[in-house]
Amino acid sequence: MMQTEQIKTEESEHGFSGFKIELWKYQGEMGALIPLLQSAQETYGYIPESAIDYISEIVGIPSAEIYGVITFYSQFRLKPMGKNIIKVCDGTACHVNASTAIIKTLESELGVGTGETTDDGLFTLQKVACLGCCSLSPVIMINDETYGRLTPKKVQQLLNEYRERG
Amino acid sequence: MKTIKVGLGTCGVSAGGEKTYEAIKDEIEKQNIQVMLRETGCNGMCYREPLMEVIDEQNHSFVYGDVTPEKAKRIMTDHVLAGKPVSEWIVQGSAPSEDDSFFKKQNRIVLRNCGIIDPNSIDEYMATGGYQAIQKVLKEYTPEDVIDIITRSGLRGRGGGGFLTGVKWKFCRQAEGKKKYIICNADEGDPGAFMDRSTLESDPHSVLEGMMICAYAIGAEDGYIYCRAEYPKAVQRLKDSIRRALAKGFLGKNIFGSNVNFSIKIKEGAGAFVCGEETALIASIEGKRGMPRFRPPFPANKGLWGKPTNINNVETFANVAWIIMNGPEAFAAMGTENSKGTKVFALSGKVARGGLAEVPMGITINEIVYDIGGGIKDGKKFKAVQMGGPSGGSIPASMGDLQIDYQQINKTGAIMGSGGLVVMDETTCMVDMAKFFLRFTQDESCGKCTFCRIGTKRMLEILERITDGNGKEGDIELLRDLAYQIKNNTICGLGQTAPNPVLTTLKYFPEEYEAHIRDKKCPAHSCPALVTYTIKADACKGCMACAKACPAEAIKGEKKKPHEIDPEKCVKCGKCFETCKFGAVIKN
Ligand SMILES: Cc1cc2nc3c(=O)[nH]c(=O)nc-3n(C[C@H](O)[C@H](O)[C@H](O)COP(=O)(O)O)c2cc1C
Ligand code: FES
Repeated sequence: MMQTEQIKTEESEHGFSGFKIELWKYQGEMGALIPLLQSAQETYGYIPESAIDYISEIVGIPSAEIYGVITFYSQFRLKPMGKNIIKVCDGTACHVNASTAIIKTLESELGVGTGETTDDGLFTLQKVACLGCCSLSPVIMINDETYGRLTPKKVQQLLNEYRERG
Repeated sequence: MKTIKVGLGTCGVSAGGEKTYEAIKDEIEKQNIQVMLRETGCNGMCYREPLMEVIDEQNHSFVYGDVTPEKAKRIMTDHVLAGKPVSEWIVQGSAPSEDDSFFKKQNRIVLRNCGIIDPNSIDEYMATGGYQAIQKVLKEYTPEDVIDIITRSGLRGRGGGGFLTGVKWKFCRQAEGKKKYIICNADEGDPGAFMDRSTLESDPHSVLEGMMICAYAIGAEDGYIYCRAEYPKAVQRLKDSIRRALAKGFLGKNIFGSNVNFSIKIKEGAGAFVCGEETALIASIEGKRGMPRFRPPFPANKGLWGKPTNINNVETFANVAWIIMNGPEAFAAMGTENSKGTKVFALSGKVARGGLAEVPMGITINEIVYDIGGGIKDGKKFKAVQMGGPSGGSIPASMGDLQIDYQQINKTGAIMGSGGLVVMDETTCMVDMAKFFLRFTQDESCGKCTFCRIGTKRMLEILERITDGNGKEGDIELLRDLAYQIKNNTICGLGQTAPNPVLTTLKYFPEEYEAHIRDKKCPAHSCPALVTYTIKADACKGCMACAKACPAEAIKGEKKKPHEIDPEKCVKCGKCFETCKFGAVIKN
């Protein structure tokens, strides 16, 4: 009861929803910082500044140190991301099987470089080193779906499917 | 009643397995067929995904490969309904198949249930003898007995270092302190390795059971699994499996009715290769930046939150229950003098059959590449295998008779690593590979050690200029010099091994470096800056296809007349080479 009350007041103060319930789960737990950041990113698609302040209060770690952690891990973003996140693999197996052509196709189709988001906010393109699906290389992952045995043509078809879905 | 299983590991799904599954489901409903439809993980034949298995009333198994939704429909009609197997698509089982050779030399311990059981069912795991080993341990063995058994089996850690698992457990057991932790390292950061992902997705309980046995041996009540963020399916499987084990009383307080408590938490990685290193991984679980630290103290004495901690790899844990049930002698009977048991290799790259193969230690590289992997794709020539990822090296095809065990591989300058085996053919440039790995370590260096941070950067710059055609005399010596400096002046395995890909390619393929530097040529015709494209006039039909494909408008020529490439305008993208149907575009 006490906790729900607290959540409500905090919520109005910080303007949070959704992810804060998740947050309370971690209170008092050691090593909660990274799960908290992951939870914030899952809710917002990135880690907003206000969330950092809020998390800092919960875990009692200064926000400067939290920024240090955020920038250390490649998963965390401080800027909003596109609706669909495309992870293109440039791991060893994919590299040997011409992932460079897949990366080029994605870049020219989307008109952005790796690490960037399209103007319409539909796609963010990221380069990763191995999606663990090397036997079907070259491989990309869109959100949580993995696609293997790709050719530049198949990549175009996939992008069109996602564009249609909006 | 027949049973149908569809492989829905990440590899199955990415090859279109879900569409196949849906098509089968549709067919079952439409034709009102009485069958059991189940999901399973990966049996290792990733190159044949999507896979569909039909088990008939006599318990005969037929595994079909490359099953598109259309093929699935025919299998349903012909085999499942009419009882006539579609023999030309069978890849394993009750009818002979050319793919049988993929399994012939394999010996499956870690992968014993993979692609066979439904990973979402704890009962199926138990029906194959699962969770017997932990119960046997709790009833019959003291922790010291368990450590003795694992030590006698000769099991070495499969995460890369190859340290004797039993000895490591003993250190942690004997460490001072009441509170102890165990950690399962599921970070699998080595690009080209995917056995941990597949094991977690296909047989999660075997890893949980291994952890339970380890926890009992060490006296730990809390375990963590650190799983990388790129493996959402594995994370989900683990969460579900832990929940199921908890519900049965296999985890939590008084497991299996004993006086032992053990619970497991999952920590998801956040995308940093160095977090696979044990001290960095511990820092990451603690919520800090994943920076390695000097050892000693070793985690066995001072690990997670300063407490004694034992950390093992996924594959290491997956061996444990089997060793308990079959005895350490059975395990030690396989393999070589110093490397016992089996190892799972992840085959990928230019090999015809990419997938997972578990073989006894001591098998040769050629046996893996040719007998299991079916040789090189598209009839090309075998050039090298890369082992051990960014910390490892390239072993040339001429050493294909080498027996794979920890010692033999180390002698080549590569390392066993996690068992990723990336096969390369004549079109792979070894200098480009070295550059590729160095870029990787450069990206992933945590920045703590100067030599790792800046030294790898200098090496990368040199390799870049070599592949760009601007290499200078003396570059090879400079690379060697930097390589030894980095090896000797860094804290963790990441820096200490970062130069290995360069050193091994320099050792086995010096002529490729020299061709780049002296002749400004890439013998594999792979480095864009050193490749030129020309059109052979007598082979060109004047179809204009290459001219249309050229993004730089560098190809001139009228219809039906031979075309020409303007070398000044050419951006060397290779589009013309890929487009030409007549082999008239020449790359050299
Ligand atoms: C840079 C670096 C990365 C590593 N990555 C992994 C990894 O992804 N998975 C793993 O199990 N071990 C990895 N290791 C090895 C671990 O530090 C540790 O030795 C291992 O988890 C111990 O388990 P084992 O004895 O069962 O092999 C890595 C080591 C280094 C230096
Ligand atoms: S190298 Fe691309 S999935 Fe492993």
